[in-house]
Amino acid sequence: MSATIEAAKPALLVNGTPYEVVMGIECHVELKTETKMFCGCRNVFGAEPNTNVCPVCLGMPGALPVPNAKAIALLVKAGLAFDARIPAFSKFDRKNYFYPDMPKDYQISQFDMPLTQGGVVHFWLGDGSRGSCRLTRIHLEEDTGKSTHASRDGRIAGSTHSLVDFNRAGVPLMECVSEPDIRTAAEAVAFLETLKRTFVALGISDVKMEEGSLRCDVNLSLRPVGQTEYGTKAEIKNMNSFNSVGRAIESEIARQVAVLESGGRIVQETRGWDEAAGVTHTMRSKEQAHDYRYFPDPDLTPIEFAPADVARMRAELGVLPDENLTRLIEADKLRPEQALQILDSPGLFGYYAAVVERCAKPQAAVNFVLGDLSRLANETQTPVPESKITPEALAELVALIEAKTINSKTAKELIVRLWHAGGSPRSIVEAEGLAQVSDTGAIDAIVAEVLAANAKSVDDYRAGKTKVLGFLVGQVMKQSRGTANPTLAEERLRAHLDATG
Amino acid sequence: MPRDTALEVARSVNAGERSALELTRSALERIAERDGEIGAYLTLTGDLARAAAERVDAAVRGGATFPLAGVGLAIKDNMCVTTTRTTCASKILDGWIAPYTATAVQRLLDAGAIPLGKTNLDEFAMGSSCENSALGKTVNPWDRRRVPGGSSGGSVAAVAAGEATIALGSDTGGSIREPAAFCNVVGFKPTYGRVSRYGLIAFASSLDQIGPITTTVADAALVYDLMAGRDPMDATTVDRAVEPALPGLREDLRGVRIGIVREFGLEKLEPEVRAVYERAYADLEKLGAELVEVALPTADYGIATYYLIAPAECSSNLARFDGMRYGLRVEGADVGSTYEQTRAAGFGDEVKRRILIGTYALSSGYYDAYYVRAQKARTLIAADFARAFAACDAIACPAAASPAFEFAAKADPVSMYLMDYYTIPMSLAGVPSLSVPCGYATPEGSELPMPLGLELSGPLFAERSLLGIAHAYERATLHARARQIPEIVATAGAK
Repeated sequence: MSATIEAAKPALLVNGTPYEVVMGIECHVELKTETKMFCGCRNVFGAEPNTNVCPVCLGMPGALPVPNAKAIALLVKAGLAFDARIPAFSKFDRKNYFYPDMPKDYQISQFDMPLTQGGVVHFWLGDGSRGSCRLTRIHLEEDTGKSTHASRDGRIAGSTHSLVDFNRAGVPLMECVSEPDIRTAAEAVAFLETLKRTFVALGISDVKMEEGSLRCDVNLSLRPVGQTEYGTKAEIKNMNSFNSVGRAIESEIARQVAVLESGGRIVQETRGWDEAAGVTHTMRSKEQAHDYRYFPDPDLTPIEFAPADVARMRAELGVLPDENLTRLIEADKLRPEQALQILDSPGLFGYYAAVVERCAKPQAAVNFVLGDLSRLANETQTPVPESKITPEALAELVALIEAKTINSKTAKELIVRLWHAGGSPRSIVEAEGLAQVSDTGAIDAIVAEVLAANAKSVDDYRAGKTKVLGFLVGQVMKQSRGTANPTLAEERLRAHLDATG
Repeated sequence: MPRDTALEVARSVNAGERSALELTRSALERIAERDGEIGAYLTLTGDLARAAAERVDAAVRGGATFPLAGVGLAIKDNMCVTTTRTTCASKILDGWIAPYTATAVQRLLDAGAIPLGKTNLDEFAMGSSCENSALGKTVNPWDRRRVPGGSSGGSVAAVAAGEATIALGSDTGGSIREPAAFCNVVGFKPTYGRVSRYGLIAFASSLDQIGPITTTVADAALVYDLMAGRDPMDATTVDRAVEPALPGLREDLRGVRIGIVREFGLEKLEPEVRAVYERAYADLEKLGAELVEVALPTADYGIATYYLIAPAECSSNLARFDGMRYGLRVEGADVGSTYEQTRAAGFGDEVKRRILIGTYALSSGYYDAYYVRAQKARTLIAADFARAFAACDAIACPAAASPAFEFAAKADPVSMYLMDYYTIPMSLAGVPSLSVPCGYATPEGSELPMPLGLELSGPLFAERSLLGIAHAYERATLHARARQIPEIVATAGAK
């Protein structure tokens, strides 16, 4: 991390000593496959409880898991997107513990030989700086069922009974574990957004936090700047949006600072984020020393990859969102928030790129795409790429403005027409004579008419009320059906008024 | 009078000489007459049997033939048959009706077999005498004071007593071979990965293998050929073409090298038992085989290795029996106590013992010392077999050190574990192995000669060669036909 970025960060002081925040993130992402991880049941969200189930995902006696090759391929793709190593040999292990929503009372997961190891996530921050966070691993496992507790607040305490829906049991789940490289809430959110953007773009996951297809935990600790060993960490859970992740982190930093400032010690614990209250609270006061008794799952054979297969999968990745983002920011010189908006709206990047490819004016293109077009998209509830205005048409329009063939007023009117009716802006301009008039003679004729018809304004101007000039320009524009070059109109008006005065 | 083999039954049904339904009715009658004394079955599936027989008869009338047309099949009750009670001889599966059928069973049903019922076993296939069943007592048809062996005791007793023509067993450390030896039938464990385990309720997944129990080697080959091969529902089945064993049956052993294991010297055996095996080795030689000495120096570690790996896997496999979704549920104050009370009431002592051993072996801090070392030992044992098979086509040894023992004779669990001394190494190595009748010995204090089994084991996937060798031995010696099961025996000690 560069010194300038460090310096730009607001100093975190605990009793006057500078501290830094150390964060690592673990997130679980449901993979977008047709079927579950180890059986043929459909992998869909929102079905009637316990309808997408079979002997395998219900853990019926005698049923056996068979791995979903698509899920393995998607996970490897995720690793390759972040330059992870794909070991030649990987295996599934059983994680043993009892829980009613886990049909076999063990979870098929990966312990010491995950499908991917290492890797690094590079991301852009809102201030235009670049950050990164190393990955420890990404591994594949099966999701559990979903428990619903019959109590007033939905928590297990005080419930009379619990219901389990096994539709989610066996859904392929990848767990991404990061190294403790994250220092700010903004970095954490940028890291997660980069994961999401990449997984969506590569068809790995839908990443819908509200449907639980991405769940993340943040491990957070503080330490004095310069200290190498980590402080005691708290694990924060239950954030249901990236925004909550940022707020939870800020709140947890403040809590830990307050504890340290009052002379207290941080306790290792799991804390839940309370969205309404905006604070974290203790979930499990002491980390229970779980012994999961991992061992290789004897029902499954090891997974082996030939280097050639990995090379082929790497070659098939295509352009990654971060590469596109970098292009927008570095080559097209867009502001980071513009670039992110382009990239994160479905279909917008491809549309934008097609426009720029034809007109080579990224700033003009982005202004239209994020301005007029996005407003129209909102008003008409139609995504930009599905409107009648093609990238070719928009590129043509940009070219017409750049060549000063039309003025911005005409351009704005044309955009609306093109959105609804389509067509070529050049043809419309030519057919309807909408080209900007920059001929001094023609403008002078209109100026003369306007001055003759507005004697009072002329008098006001000459009496020193030069503000009326704006009104007179408007009249020239009106008279010319908006085609007059407004700069020239103003210049000629001024010349006429000053000359005859 | 020798009974019909599966090959003979199927031939006559396919030829229209006998109807499957008629055969099924008489099989069910025989069960009704005899099983009160033998106790082979836990559940009879008369309705399924009659319906299957009617379907076979109708299809045969239409010109179809089936390799197992009308052949009565007994199924060990750790294999699922849809709509049928499946118990594993455990109280914990109380009331559970299987919602699907095991692949191996389905393949035999598709071949025209008639499912007569589900047979008794040691609870979850953990035991060597069938005494660990929570649901019933099965006796050895040769002497009802004695155990049938285990864990596939019910399946073996059913075939021995003529209550089924063929049966399915499962073998984890000897559970087909040892009881087959005790009851004078053929019991065959194929190579691990050859027969689908889908629908076999797991004891130790890396060792469990389904196999046939029959009166002849030819029937074992017939059933094996129908079951073997890759199953898309079992990721551990091997994707490798099956060499049919039935056409490979042979009449002599010329050019065959039989390995006699140096470490399995017969001097430890009782003199009468020893004489039977010396005779068996001599008979192999008489058939033209060359006897060669082979070494299995790590075989002695078999039992110790097995009793870490098998319990470790079982501790995880049996976790699902928690009272939440099916089977027994003893309601506690909260979910934790419901788990505890259900499992305390539902599992028998031997199952609990193995879950405890396995949980310990996998625990943090002990995993490397126990589970990992056991896996290393297993690799060494497999390597020993690979070396031995470089010098021979099959290994011959006793299937068990003694004939069937009396009930309650092995109260100490370790003495029971030692019953599988000759069968466990083959299970750990994954190689195909069978027991074929080889003679009789009269246990001390008894007046009834009891059968013994010769264990023959071959290299991985050499089922065709192995069954061919066993067939030649069987044809030359006819031990299984030398004596009849006593119809009336001393009742002292019988149930």
